[in-house]
Amino acid sequence: MRKFKEKLSGRVFFALAFSSISALALITVFILIKGLPIIGKIGLSEFFGMTWAPVSQNKFGIFPMIVGTVSVTLGAALIGVPIGICCSIFLAEYAPAAVRNIFRPAIQLLAGIPSVVYGFWGLIFIVPLIREYLGGPGLSILAGAIILAIMILPTVISISEVSLLSLPRQYKEGALALGMTHWQTIKSVLLPSAKSGIVAAVILGIGRAVGETMAVILVLGNAPALPASLKDSVRTLTTNIGIEMGYASGDHQEALFATGIVLFIIIMILNSTAQYVTRKKH
Amino acid sequence: MRNSECGIKRNYKNMRSVIVILCVISVCLLSGCSRPQANVIVLGSTSVEPYAGKLAEIYAHIHPDREIDVQGGGSGVGIAAVESGIADIGMSSRALKEEEKEFIGWEKEIAKDGLAIIVHPDNPVSDLTLEEIRGIYTMEVTNWSQLPGGDDAPIHIITREEGSGTRSAFEELVMGKGVWITQKAMVQSSNGAVRQIVSGDKNAIGFISLGLVEIGEKPVKALALNGVAATRENIENGSYELSRPFLFVALTEPDGPAKQFVEYVLSPEGQQILIAEGFIRGADAAP
Amino acid sequence: MVLVAIIVYILIKVLPEIGWTFLSQSPSDMGRGGGILPTIVGTLLVTLLAVVIATPFGIGTAFYLAEYTRGGILTRIIRFSADSLAAIPSIVYGLFGFIFFVTQLGLGLSILSGGLTLAFMILPTLIRTAEEAILTVPQSYREVSFSLGATKWQTIIKVVFPSAMRGIVNGLILSVGRCIAETAAVVLTAGSALHMPKSVFSSVRTMAVHFYTLASEGISMPKAYGTAALLIILIFLINVVTNILVNRMAAKGR
Repeated sequence: MRKFKEKLSGRVFFALAFSSISALALITVFILIKGLPIIGKIGLSEFFGMTWAPVSQNKFGIFPMIVGTVSVTLGAALIGVPIGICCSIFLAEYAPAAVRNIFRPAIQLLAGIPSVVYGFWGLIFIVPLIREYLGGPGLSILAGAIILAIMILPTVISISEVSLLSLPRQYKEGALALGMTHWQTIKSVLLPSAKSGIVAAVILGIGRAVGETMAVILVLGNAPALPASLKDSVRTLTTNIGIEMGYASGDHQEALFATGIVLFIIIMILNSTAQYVTRKKH
Repeated sequence: MRNSECGIKRNYKNMRSVIVILCVISVCLLSGCSRPQANVIVLGSTSVEPYAGKLAEIYAHIHPDREIDVQGGGSGVGIAAVESGIADIGMSSRALKEEEKEFIGWEKEIAKDGLAIIVHPDNPVSDLTLEEIRGIYTMEVTNWSQLPGGDDAPIHIITREEGSGTRSAFEELVMGKGVWITQKAMVQSSNGAVRQIVSGDKNAIGFISLGLVEIGEKPVKALALNGVAATRENIENGSYELSRPFLFVALTEPDGPAKQFVEYVLSPEGQQILIAEGFIRGADAAP
Repeated sequence: MVLVAIIVYILIKVLPEIGWTFLSQSPSDMGRGGGILPTIVGTLLVTLLAVVIATPFGIGTAFYLAEYTRGGILTRIIRFSADSLAAIPSIVYGLFGFIFFVTQLGLGLSILSGGLTLAFMILPTLIRTAEEAILTVPQSYREVSFSLGATKWQTIIKVVFPSAMRGIVNGLILSVGRCIAETAAVVLTAGSALHMPKSVFSSVRTMAVHFYTLASEGISMPKAYGTAALLIILIFLINVVTNILVNRMAAKGR
């Protein structure tokens, strides 16, 4: 009886694992099956072409969307990462315990707020501000970058803070004993040692920015064209799917799946880089 | 050691009750799994959806035993859903294409909708020709000062996404064959979103359902076309050129509850509700 | 800080809007009037369904990976895929759910499609957080249990599981939060019908989707603010409850 139970439990775990792994495989395979044919049909150069007009002109070029994703994400990283790292240094090294105890749950809460809320805030607050003071329609790369910068802050702050806090105490004590000031210690001892953790935090933050959909739909304007300045409207890969999926059929729908494949690949690359960076440390 | 064991045991008990509760809940959910028979699914154009939804809401008050399920998705999706049997009735906000007519055996025009070209109320421009609108959407005209009475300000063009029924109606009625809307135009995925952006940006131009011009928190201004105002009367008498049909489609003539819902929509009572929303009586409406 | 400003801004705008009517009534006139009760129900049902489906699979898989495999290449591949899938944009899950559940399996835009899609979406996160939690249980616990004559199953269920509970619950709550906040994947699979659901085949509009619709289409700003505030309050409550729960478990474990 006991042996039977033992065997059964092993089987059950295996069955559960097997089905969830096949479920995950199903998604991947499904998206590949749906998206690859259209790439084959129109060819890679056409797929990475400049014009996206799937219904009216039968053109499926996603290059402008790649540029859109990269520009918005880069902008978000440029704004969000320095602020995030400064915040984490403050929390890990300077903040008194009381402040830390308020900030930590607050950051946790911010990470959980639905992304549309951030997007909406951008639409009614940031967009008119840009329109007023910088000109242009306001729906722009800049607006998207600001919103995404705010959204990746919790990720960047919490992971870099953990990696700063997990450094051995002796590092800091040694540096201070050598007569370094607190800031010198942070700059030349703590930050370099926590580098891999911080880099991983940044990459994960970037991953979040790349994957965001609803918030950026609201503030980017979604024009599928190459931008000429930060004030121009762009469309990202995710918004391309989000905005057109509801109506798409046939080749158009497959092209959106193909967009999904490109997103998949980008995330895979980011993820492997993050893992590589963290593993190098050990 | 003893203490921790105790804690573990208690936790385990807690967990067991959690599992039991989860099981009960899932059984309850599964038991709801039989699809109710009286459910009519109406699916398609997001332009028609809010009004079909409103009609269904009122219809449900009259016949509380029927559930009419109205969902968006777009004209193309609605027609595909009818073809694959997911929906009983499809909604389309454009005339059917030739290839669609091959399998759609039944269609009724429940209403006509005007296409309004809208700008911010503070924009001094209030009358354009079709050529001028086309010029804006191809970016031959990029500044409001190039238009009669316009300020010196860049034009911010807003359009709908590829695949939208409103967009294809606009392309058909304004752009014409082989002339494309510029890729630089900003894209919003619903009438409401276009309206929302235009109502907040003095230099923006967009196009939406005529019925939605008056609906929203902040006002927008519908442009006149060759001096003809975008009003219901002008669409009915044919002088305002931009209009499109709202269709209910199905493979064959619906029967049962679906048929009764269609009859309600085409009845004077149902038509009155659509007219109150700013639409024009459908060609297939009951006399 | 900027972030706090956002929350305060929204909360100030709404407090007059939220009242019992707002919580207990159905919306009328496309959301311009009435309350948001059906969207609250919709959110809870879709989330509940997703969690109920994903939890056994997620935790089971985590145990299998942590306890029954020996960290070979296959396990590493699975781990990496789960990590990657956890980071895949939710819109891609929506795309999958829309074609697979809604169209191909014919489930339609419904609570069921939405719940299944979200279950797929949270599964990788669940697996990874649960596995992390299981792996942090000291090896000595298992050894002691085995040496007392316990079988593997007994060890897992009586020793490892309770000790890993804290981490597992944490991952679970994280997933609940993600489900509640999700918009992109849900709007494609659960639809946006604004009435009380009758069965799991009814389409529902979750609070996040309702907020998105109200805000992007400018239907009613006060109702949009109200919905947003309620969402934030909900997430806040979940956070507080988790913290209390986790602290309590930690105290008990000691």
